[in-house]
Amino acid sequence: MIRLDAIERTYVVGGSPVRALKETTLEIQPGEYVSIMGPSGSGKSTLLHILGCLDRPNGGSYRFAGQETARFSDDELSSLRRHRIGFVFQFFHLVPRLTAAANVELPMVFAGIPPDQRRQRVEQVLEVVGLGHRAGHRPDQLSGGEQQRVAIARAVVMEPAVLLADEPTGNLDSGSGREIVELMERMNRQGLTLIVVTHDPKIGDRARRRIRLADGRVISDDSP
Amino acid sequence: MRGVDLIGFAAGGLRGHRLRTILSLLGVSIGVASVLLLTSLGEGARLYVTGEFASLGANLLIVIPGKTETAGLAPLVNTAPHDLTLEDADALLQRVPAIERVAPIVVGTARASAGDRSREITLLGTTHDVLEIRHLRMASGRFLPREQPRAAVCVLGAGAARELFPQENPLGRWVRIGDWRFRVIGIMAPRGTSIGMDMDQVIEIPVETALRVFNRSGLFRILAEAGSHRDLNRTQEEMRRILRERHAGQEDVTIITQDAVLSSFNLILRALTAALAGIAAISLGVAGLGIMNVMLVSVSERAREIGLLKAIGTTHAQVISVFLVEAAVLSTAGGVVGLIVGLAAGHGLQRLYPDFPIHCPPWVIGAALAVATSVGLLFGILPARRAAQLNPIEALMRRKA
Ligand SMILES: Nc1ncnc2c1ncn2[C@@H]1O[C@H](COP(=O)(O)OP(=O)(O)O)[C@@H](O)[C@H]1O
Ligand SMILES: [Mg+2]
Repeated sequence: MIRLDAIERTYVVGGSPVRALKETTLEIQPGEYVSIMGPSGSGKSTLLHILGCLDRPNGGSYRFAGQETARFSDDELSSLRRHRIGFVFQFFHLVPRLTAAANVELPMVFAGIPPDQRRQRVEQVLEVVGLGHRAGHRPDQLSGGEQQRVAIARAVVMEPAVLLADEPTGNLDSGSGREIVELMERMNRQGLTLIVVTHDPKIGDRARRRIRLADGRVISDDSP
Repeated sequence: MRGVDLIGFAAGGLRGHRLRTILSLLGVSIGVASVLLLTSLGEGARLYVTGEFASLGANLLIVIPGKTETAGLAPLVNTAPHDLTLEDADALLQRVPAIERVAPIVVGTARASAGDRSREITLLGTTHDVLEIRHLRMASGRFLPREQPRAAVCVLGAGAARELFPQENPLGRWVRIGDWRFRVIGIMAPRGTSIGMDMDQVIEIPVETALRVFNRSGLFRILAEAGSHRDLNRTQEEMRRILRERHAGQEDVTIITQDAVLSSFNLILRALTAALAGIAAISLGVAGLGIMNVMLVSVSERAREIGLLKAIGTTHAQVISVFLVEAAVLSTAGGVVGLIVGLAAGHGLQRLYPDFPIHCPPWVIGAALAVATSVGLLFGILPARRAAQLNPIEALMRRKA
């Protein structure tokens, strides 16, 4: 499903290059549950952004479902994000003026899916994340845990193959953080490939496969 | 993405920052309203002036002594033009079948007095037929007689009658002009200014008398009325030919038709309207800058939203269209408000000053809306491109503005 080969990502900060990712090589199979851990600044987010095609590497090869992403145009990458990849962020990133339902609906709106189909699917997904009764609420009327569940609903509404989560519990108390992780794990058990970036070992250690980064390199990759 | 959804999403984006949105919307409103008003004024002026001319009659031909054509070289033989005479006027009436009436005109200013009152007036020497040619109406008495072109009688304009005879009925009284005395035989109905001559301050006398009063041999003008509007050009040619023949083969008169005057006035006033609209359009340009500013602020405030849109797979073109449509919705709404305000203001002005010519041609309404929308689209380009070019990762990392 995902295959990274000697990926390099270099930022230029104040004239000098910073190598955020160094020769990163990684393979992830469909349906896996992977956590990416490491100290702050080790390149976890950079890796996740490249996996999610929000960012392009400076070198190396990234194949998604067998296809070299370096050869994709920007629009093809957009299409990949729209249909195959879902993102969950630390700060939820819900659109504040839209209701929970409208936030979940957003990817389908931009994909041009007709309204009746959208409504049905939004209802279904909100039910899955346990927020059927909160559909008409705006983000500022929801708790942090609820907001993150809306964000997860939005991430999976297009039925992607991969869910990428960057510190999804970083802004939540441990109770709701746990609920969020359990929700994503349930989705993983139904076949969704799940990749979670976290610096919290209690969260990261739940994954079947744990990747550790340090200074832009994979230093350990324990699969059972 | 469906069009309805695009507009819905864009319109939703405008609700985020109400005050700024309303202010920039007002900018467009003012621009559209002023375009509408100034165009209406210009168009009103054009219709007023052309209406004035048209009221003279579309079949009118005016003969002016002297050749006013400026094109080409100066004539080799520079002879003084012949006078335009009463006989010329008669010849035109007799020999050009299409011409039904002529009115020779002599004009000058003179001091007129009656009793101990006296005032400066315009003396108009002419004949009976001017009444129909210029669509004049009598208040009382009769107009100049058809016969006796040398009689010492006069017809007073409404204003002249009022001022020379404030207390009494002028009919049958005497008016002195220079060494001449004229009996008042009629009074004109009020008419007001007609192509630059205040008809109310005019005293009309028979044309031959006027020539003698001013000691002139030539006419100021000959007005000729053709029976039909058709073949006006041919009639004009015939008149030219007859006058050339009478003037020893010299082409020394200018003949203008109402059509020619009308169309040149039309041209001038259309240009005036366009100029007024152009001035007003500057305010639309300023309004466009206001929209651009609002949109730029909106783009930077909503960086996280834009980052998110990219993360969920929104394409470059879609981000551009979201912000373009947002700007267009804003400016179109402003245009609608401006249209309503402009039309209402026009109505109000018309109520206050019923004589003031205001006319809003229907096409202006459509054009104003189209221009408003285009202003939004045009000034939305820069902000929209800026939005689409945002780096999604940096945008997502930004804290709330
Ligand atoms: N946009 C950027 N510009 C410059 N340097 C960056 C940028 N993003 C990340 N970095 C640098 O790359 C390294 C890895 O960052 P990141 O992937 O965000 O780490 P983590 O998510 O593990 O905390 C850090 O040294 C960080 O400073
Ligand atoms: Mg990070």
